[in-house]
Amino acid sequence: MVSTPLDPDRAESVFADFKGEYTREQATLEASRCLYCSDPPCVKACPTHIDIPQFIRKIATGNLKGSARTIFDANILGMSCARVCPVETLCVGDCVYNLLHVPPIQIGKLQRYATDRAYAEQWRFFEAGADTGKTVALLGAGPASLACAHELRRRGHGCTVYEKRPVVGGLNSTGVAPYKMKADRAADEVDWVLGIGGVEVVTGVEVGEQVSFQELEARHDAVFLGMGLGPDTRLRVPGEELPGVHGAVDFIEEMKLTKMNLAGVKHAVVVGGGNTALDAVREAKGLGVGHVVMLYRGDEAAMSGYAHEWAAAKVEGVRAEWRAVAVGFEAGADGRVAGVLCQRLDEKRQPIAGATFTLPAELVLVAIGQSKLGAMVQSLTGIEVAGGRVVTDERGATGRKGYFAGGDCRNGGKEVVNAAAEGKAAAQAIHAYLTGGL
Amino acid sequence: MPDLSSNTGGIRSPNPFWLASAPPANSGGQVQRAFDAGWGGAVWKTLGQPIQNVSSRFGAHSVAGAKAIGFNNIELITDRSLETNFREIYDTKKKYPKHAVIVSLMVETRDEWRDIIKRSVDTGADGLELNFGCPHGMCERGMGSAVGQEPKVNQEITSWAVEYSSIPVLVKLTPNVSDIVPHGLAAKRGGAHGVSLINTIKSIISVDIDRFVPEPRVGGLSTNGGYCGQAVKPIAMHMLAALARDERFRLPISGIGGISNWRDAVEFILLGSSSVQVCTEVMLRGFRVVEDMIEGLEEYMRTHGFSTLESMVGRAVPSYSEWGNLDLNYETIAKIDPALCIGCNKCMIACEDGAHQCIHPNPTGARVPVVDESECVGCNLCQIVCPVEGCISMVEVDNGFAPSSWNQFVEEGRVLRPKKGAH
Repeated sequence: MVSTPLDPDRAESVFADFKGEYTREQATLEASRCLYCSDPPCVKACPTHIDIPQFIRKIATGNLKGSARTIFDANILGMSCARVCPVETLCVGDCVYNLLHVPPIQIGKLQRYATDRAYAEQWRFFEAGADTGKTVALLGAGPASLACAHELRRRGHGCTVYEKRPVVGGLNSTGVAPYKMKADRAADEVDWVLGIGGVEVVTGVEVGEQVSFQELEARHDAVFLGMGLGPDTRLRVPGEELPGVHGAVDFIEEMKLTKMNLAGVKHAVVVGGGNTALDAVREAKGLGVGHVVMLYRGDEAAMSGYAHEWAAAKVEGVRAEWRAVAVGFEAGADGRVAGVLCQRLDEKRQPIAGATFTLPAELVLVAIGQSKLGAMVQSLTGIEVAGGRVVTDERGATGRKGYFAGGDCRNGGKEVVNAAAEGKAAAQAIHAYLTGGL
Repeated sequence: MPDLSSNTGGIRSPNPFWLASAPPANSGGQVQRAFDAGWGGAVWKTLGQPIQNVSSRFGAHSVAGAKAIGFNNIELITDRSLETNFREIYDTKKKYPKHAVIVSLMVETRDEWRDIIKRSVDTGADGLELNFGCPHGMCERGMGSAVGQEPKVNQEITSWAVEYSSIPVLVKLTPNVSDIVPHGLAAKRGGAHGVSLINTIKSIISVDIDRFVPEPRVGGLSTNGGYCGQAVKPIAMHMLAALARDERFRLPISGIGGISNWRDAVEFILLGSSSVQVCTEVMLRGFRVVEDMIEGLEEYMRTHGFSTLESMVGRAVPSYSEWGNLDLNYETIAKIDPALCIGCNKCMIACEDGAHQCIHPNPTGARVPVVDESECVGCNLCQIVCPVEGCISMVEVDNGFAPSSWNQFVEEGRVLRPKKGAH
């Protein structure tokens, strides 16, 4: 158990699962509907290319161990991906049933069914390979590094994960919407993945601060960059420092790991239109805030957040102010934030003169993006950083010998399943490098 | 309005849907409720010397998502007293004079047959059905399929029954024979007014793979049972048609075996059934299934211009022929409708792994696979696995060859087209 003990009364505990778990009967019936397509679009849509028809058929026949093996063999983070993947835009969205206007197979829920069973029964499928004597440093203990480390261990390479926080699991532990997965389940996954053995996890150590890259290079044979993204981007408008104004990612982490007191918060405003903003509005609603407004500079069609998430938010009672930006925050008598000054924009996103309004808000969550961490490796000769992202070839190799990257620091911020795919691919590239193939 | 009334060897019923002799027709209460639901007739659960049944009697063959497509039982004939059964048959017939009540019988000696037939006729029943089919339990005691498998015994007992009975006699045949025809002919020689087929098929439905005991399990043992339900329909229809097309037979047939809806009933009637008997579907879903059967049959008859059931009986029998008469020059190929194709590739993998390797990925990268028509043998497999109705059609090809069956090729030297897919 490498994960930090969690407070059972932490704020996220109030959330129920948005998509509940299947009973055996439900899973069997749903699995039996699968057409068992050959070379199907659902598999192509999955970044880790899980053999979906095969794992579903195994559920239908009662071969749950085989089903879980099929999933984990492609994606060791299959348990969390089953919960957090935006399946509506990936596998489920591409199920051929959609073309027949028949409800698509609930692949995520079936995957959860098989993987939860594997965890409950403590089935283990993979063993560490024979020790190669090589070791790899992995920066960040999020999904990319976990997937990479597991794959490296299957090939016998030693792994040390350096994590600057006390919490292991990355955004799976600190950022996933609790109605999809709570932090304790993310901790279960960390234990499950590291159960392969031979992965040292060093927490509270930031590479570049407590330990230098030179030291890493001296200790290890290769380096995997999987440090994710940096802090929330700031709006840089007056009043942003007022109590009650938070970066959304900070706030979500606090909600997932600690108790929270939202007494007196009747109105919340979430600034942004991406998936973090959509998580934040639904989370504010779920925490009991009566009036939740999403403030977005574009219109509904321009929103980068998923349509299915916004549809769910609307059902939960969230409102939106389209084509408006926050230009300042007002304090109340208690010195905390009490309102958001908003400026209406035209179709070209230019301010409309005189069109301003104020939204009441005792809680403001700023979800306009996270900073990129490319800068921390920019000084290393050979590593190219573009737009804050670490540049690699398709397998994850950077321009510096022995350095590889995957996950949000490489792709700019995508899904857990992308991190899992990139971490695994990088491990294969690292293995080739360590064994002289690259 | 089509006339659904049915006549099977003199047994008349308002429609051709009868309960088969089985648990749903075990008692007066059940049969009367069935008649209220719309059933036209009922063959009472077989009477004989009352027996003792085992605990755990049924087993099911289920495939994921579809429960009990096949079913079996190791239950025996009635376990209720003859007096009770006869009284309830009498009451039922009195309350439902227009419905057909047929008494199924199974006893051993000539005297027993004489006695039980007399008592059955006295109830006012419309007909008798001789149970020469039960393939489990009773056959070990020399009855049921033990009779049905021996044409001489079948003929002899049938002749006793016909002698003692003043109402029509049907003989229920067992499918547990290599060829049904001699057994149908034996019943005819015995003087039967018609036959019913099929009874259940000898089977072991499943094995408890943790206890290493077949099912249904009676303590630590099991035994073979009688297989029935939707899965047996193709076997039943073959036996039905084999008798229906035989010139020597020409007796009315009450069809049984996996009939679960009006379509099944239509198929049985087209292959020569004057009435159809149903058990498993009622056991699984209740008497109410008959409503759809009646409506569906009525609408079918209306659509196809059949004003009476009689005009429909056996309509497909002339098209059931020998392989040697099939036209070897008749050619079809598969055509995929790109507008309907959903890109599941089920046709491609089925053809590739299970047929003739003539459906390939689209060279343009489009989701619709392509059929190599020069190789397609017209086997239907792709159409069978396709989940989209109407997406794959088997289209007739005019290949310029005059028709020729194998028999015509052998006997008259007719020309056969070149083989496809045989390399």
